[in-house]
Amino acid sequence: MLRVLALASVVLLGIAPQASQAITVYTSWERHALVGSDIRLSCTFFSWRSISEDVSFTWRYRPDGSKDSISIAHFAGGEAYTDNKGVFKDRVEFVGNPKRRDGSILIKNLDFSDNGTFTCDAKNPPDIVGRPSSVRLLVFENLPIQAGVITGAIIGVVLGLLVLIVVIYYLMRFLVARRVFSLSVSKHGKKKKEGSQQRQGPAPPADPSKVKAAASEKKKQESRKDKK
Amino acid sequence: MLILLLGIIFLHISALVLLFVSTTVSVWTTGTMGTSDLWLNCSTDSIHCDGASTGVWIQVVQALMILSIIFSFLSLLLFFCQLFTLPKGGRFIPTGIFQILASLFVMSGAIIYTLMHPDWVSDEYSFGYAYILAWVAFPLALISGLIYAVLRKRE
Repeated sequence: MLRVLALASVVLLGIAPQASQAITVYTSWERHALVGSDIRLSCTFFSWRSISEDVSFTWRYRPDGSKDSISIAHFAGGEAYTDNKGVFKDRVEFVGNPKRRDGSILIKNLDFSDNGTFTCDAKNPPDIVGRPSSVRLLVFENLPIQAGVITGAIIGVVLGLLVLIVVIYYLMRFLVARRVFSLSVSKHGKKKKEGSQQRQGPAPPADPSKVKAAASEKKKQESRKDKK
Repeated sequence: MLILLLGIIFLHISALVLLFVSTTVSVWTTGTMGTSDLWLNCSTDSIHCDGASTGVWIQVVQALMILSIIFSFLSLLLFFCQLFTLPKGGRFIPTGIFQILASLFVMSGAIIYTLMHPDWVSDEYSFGYAYILAWVAFPLALISGLIYAVLRKRE
């Protein structure tokens, strides 16, 4: 039994590192930008190995509707190289920090012709097997409002107002009920005092308005009970 | 008495169903190219659909229609709640208020859509059945709400 376990663990340990020696590259899914603005496209990777000296990043650009992609930025051997002949001449800059797994580029002064797919490929020797990741760039004249933002905002505000009104209504009812309750407690207290003082001497003049209010309240409660 | 109760409930539920169908089916506009609004633009075979335009006004219409469904449903719940708790001779005021609010939301939604749809719909399209259902749901909900406001509990 122990021998089988030992054999299995050795086999698994032997297989596992090789299976996980694939580098995973991450970029955004889609980016929106305004004409004339700058945009930073981020690229990062995950690798089981530590960052080597020969880490490399390659950025490719494929315009919408085209099948070919051209290379626009490359980082290797500690040096960054950017496009000096093509559409992105003097417009792309490598702003990432490869030592920290960041291979981002900055593209300046966007135009409608920059619509397309940007692919980032990262390699961390000896971890070189991996799929590159792509980010789609959309350049707009005016940034459109995202679907559902205003819808959700209106629904949220109206339902929030509804909840607020209901809460305030019940709070008011509760407060009014409490005030009535405290009034009747003070009346009970005064009646007890009057009863005990009658033995001693003439009762002190009770507050006539409060007595009348108590009497009318009692009459109202009796009439309500009759109605029910 | 029971017939009246059933009739009122039937009216309320039919208004709610009309509101629901009008909101969820994306057929406020139809044409030879397909149907569109409130949520999807679909071609005639209804298989190829993408999202409807994301303008300000269509989102307002979406919000108003959803709010009308919510308020009508809350009104139905309140009706059943008040049916068992209201004292004799009482009126179904909160139920009526919610149902009237629901009808006002449908009305505003339909009016806003009528006024603003030329922004994103071209002239060759005409109104679809979901739009008509919204306009039918508005008076049904309004009448239902007014009946609740006037009705007195007897038994």
